[in-house]
Amino acid sequence: MNLQFIVDGLLTGSMVGLGAIGVTLTYSILRFSNFAHGDFMAWGTYATLTAVSAIGAMFGKIAPIGPLSFGWPLIVAVVIGMAFTGLMALLLDKILFARLRAKGQTIIVVMASFGASMALRSLLEFIFTSRPAYFSRSIQIAMPVGYGIRITPDQIVLLLMTALLVLCVHLLMTRTQIGRSMQAVSQNPALARVVGIDVAKVVRVTWLIGGALACVAGVMIGILVQIRPLMGFDMMLPMFAAAILGGIGSVPGAVLGGLIIGLAEAGAVQLIGAEWRAAVSFVILMAVLLVRPIGLFGVRER
Amino acid sequence: MSEPVLLVRDLVAGYEPGVPIVRGASITVNRGEIVVVLGPNGAGKSSFIKAVAGLVPVTSGSVLLDGKDITAAPAHKMVRLGLAFVPQTENIFPQMSVDDNLKVACGILKPGDVPARIEAMYTTFPDLARHRKIAAGNLSGGQRQMLAVARALVVDPKVLVLDEPSAGLSPKFVSMVFQMLADIRNSGVTILLVEQNARAALAIGDRAYVLVEGKDRHEGIASELWNDPVVAELYLGQRPAQPSRSTDTGGAA
Amino acid sequence: MMDIVGYGAFFLTTALIFSLITLGLNLQWGLTGLFNVGLAGFVAIGAYTSALLTTPDTVGRLGGFDMPIVIGWLGAMLVTGLAAALTGVATLRLKSDYLAITTFGVAVVVQLVALNAQKLTGGPFGIGFIPRPFAGLAETPVLFNFSNLAVVAGVTLVTYLALEHLSRSPWGRVLKALREDERAAISLGKSARFYRVQAFAVGGAIMGLAGAVQAHFIGFIAPDNYVPTLTFQVWTMLIVGGSGSNKGAILGSVLVWAIWAGSGALTSAAFPTDQQARAASLQIVAIGVMLCVILLVRPNGILGTSPRRPRWFGRKQPPAVSDQNGAAS
Repeated sequence: MNLQFIVDGLLTGSMVGLGAIGVTLTYSILRFSNFAHGDFMAWGTYATLTAVSAIGAMFGKIAPIGPLSFGWPLIVAVVIGMAFTGLMALLLDKILFARLRAKGQTIIVVMASFGASMALRSLLEFIFTSRPAYFSRSIQIAMPVGYGIRITPDQIVLLLMTALLVLCVHLLMTRTQIGRSMQAVSQNPALARVVGIDVAKVVRVTWLIGGALACVAGVMIGILVQIRPLMGFDMMLPMFAAAILGGIGSVPGAVLGGLIIGLAEAGAVQLIGAEWRAAVSFVILMAVLLVRPIGLFGVRER
Repeated sequence: MSEPVLLVRDLVAGYEPGVPIVRGASITVNRGEIVVVLGPNGAGKSSFIKAVAGLVPVTSGSVLLDGKDITAAPAHKMVRLGLAFVPQTENIFPQMSVDDNLKVACGILKPGDVPARIEAMYTTFPDLARHRKIAAGNLSGGQRQMLAVARALVVDPKVLVLDEPSAGLSPKFVSMVFQMLADIRNSGVTILLVEQNARAALAIGDRAYVLVEGKDRHEGIASELWNDPVVAELYLGQRPAQPSRSTDTGGAA
Repeated sequence: MMDIVGYGAFFLTTALIFSLITLGLNLQWGLTGLFNVGLAGFVAIGAYTSALLTTPDTVGRLGGFDMPIVIGWLGAMLVTGLAAALTGVATLRLKSDYLAITTFGVAVVVQLVALNAQKLTGGPFGIGFIPRPFAGLAETPVLFNFSNLAVVAGVTLVTYLALEHLSRSPWGRVLKALREDERAAISLGKSARFYRVQAFAVGGAIMGLAGAVQAHFIGFIAPDNYVPTLTFQVWTMLIVGGSGSNKGAILGSVLVWAIWAGSGALTSAAFPTDQQARAASLQIVAIGVMLCVILLVRPNGILGTSPRRPRWFGRKQPPAVSDQNGAAS
């Protein structure tokens, strides 16, 4: 069996995992499944694309860094994109979700997220059309690294960056005051208030982190595959499956879940063909819900 | 005599605006004392204490902490204002370690002060120090209550407020918890608590109030109240029998 | 003049088919409180089942049983009801979000199968030559449109009456009670789940029927008919009309379909022919925003009944994250 799928699986898994972190945090702290999360990914990517084009317009064509397909303009653009997506998530919460949360039924918030998702997706289609876009048209040479596996420089860098980012988020959640506060709110919001935690602030931070990570995941897809308005929507099922597989509320779980799903998809493609990729997430999701709904690292809800 | 730490005047509060459970209750808590609020079931003790702590909507009346008006302040601001509340149930984060439970409560402290305050708690509660890294949900009932109190104390509050600290605890842990509260008072902390277990509470309390139907009906020195027939009638609806050692529940109505 | 009348009949027929789907959704959501985010998938199952049962034999594809239309429709209801029952059994013992995510997945997978399982579904080309109820009248458009309208209206009326009867029946009252009082649901335990599965299955069967009816109305089906936009349209129809009310479901469907068709005409008129796809996107944006606004401003829609806030163990609402001060918790 060709082991190339491991690289593909890890890459897909990274994208799914980064997005799933946002999904799991939103669910555990805000108690609702945000169906618009995939569209945060798409918006972040298009924002980054716009920023990179703007930088290109201002500074002219800049050579990429070494063997990579991108240079500092994209790096700066991603940071801009992360900020943009985080703020966009905050704004959407302020004008829509927060108001509906205050009224009570959380399922209405999910419904609104579904409506917002359609509007966001279609707005992207309207502004940018559905034609695929790319960060770079350069073809990268894949280098052999043994065992029949080939990998491009872009892929190596993105994998390392994902690992670094996940480590940072994990440290944030476990070693900082805001991270502990987030854990507290996800476990018991009423008690968190009693203990002095400003829940509104925790909510804001959750959206910022979720949005920023979604942007990074989307840019990864943009660099390795392509950019189109439906790119986020196509990630929804894998992201939800990863978050549930890993255990809702667990950041390491979301990442691990993402990697498992990525590897499973890549492996399945070898056996049953690429067009059935999306079904893999669904099968894994159903398996988790039937066998162990709380997932790998989830805990029984109080 | 210095100004009371906590002054509650004519508090009217309840979950629904037109249906008050607390109907004009007033209490005074002086520095360094334990004040106990007793009352039969349904008297509104829990709602009263929660209203003081900002968790139940207040319709009218006032709560003054060290002279400052904290009536119906948002719950998360109470700690900063100096009022630390220990809820009756679900008062710790079971999936976080003992250490993290304490640390998460230190958000209002200056980061430099945090390690010292946490060590102070471990000194006061050596049993907790032994279980620093254990998930709080794996502690025994008594240890959990200790952690809940430590978590409230770690911020050095002006007043420690507790909602039925003995609830759900076995008799062994009940005496342990009340002894702990007495020790805390002796170290200079002001305590207000609401309690169903009248006997255990009056044993360590300095003063006590009896709450009936949402209003304070009787007040006095704790040690005298147990034998006070008016209290017994208000509380139990009957003349009390001589308190026997076998009844640990303090005569619930 | 005849054109307008003919178009009117056509418009109404489409609106009523939508209203069938919405009626099914109202049973699942309005009456029972179950959140189905993948109804397009269930509609598709019904459409394909009926198509496979009633179309003549085709090379390279399963099916072609050439059965009468009624059998097709009944088969559609049965198969879709079963699929819904399975979905319900798998997820109804879990949180409501999980049902939402699973139904979402069902729709994605159904679309995938429809697109790729060429031997079963005809792949991207779909299935054609689906027999239409009054095929003989195709020559006279007005009569054709009206007879179609009559059939669809008849089916809708029967479904509406059946659902009204069901919702007033003891079965329906149990569902309403379950929706409003979570405590009662928990104390009923296993039976509560059974009731919900039944409601979900019946709602699903109705959606399958709608898919079948539409398939026979148009004459051909393709995977592109059953995309998330359809789910979104139906939800908007139910919310606008008023969830909990069957009349509202029908009213909302006609109204939103009118808005959709109208805005579609507006946007395509406002944009040149090569920009039509973009115009369509803008239309969806507008409807999406409209849905969010309605949820904010008038969540009960026009005729909806507002369920009392679900009661949780005597408290006003489940301990939830609220951005106001913590007083209500």
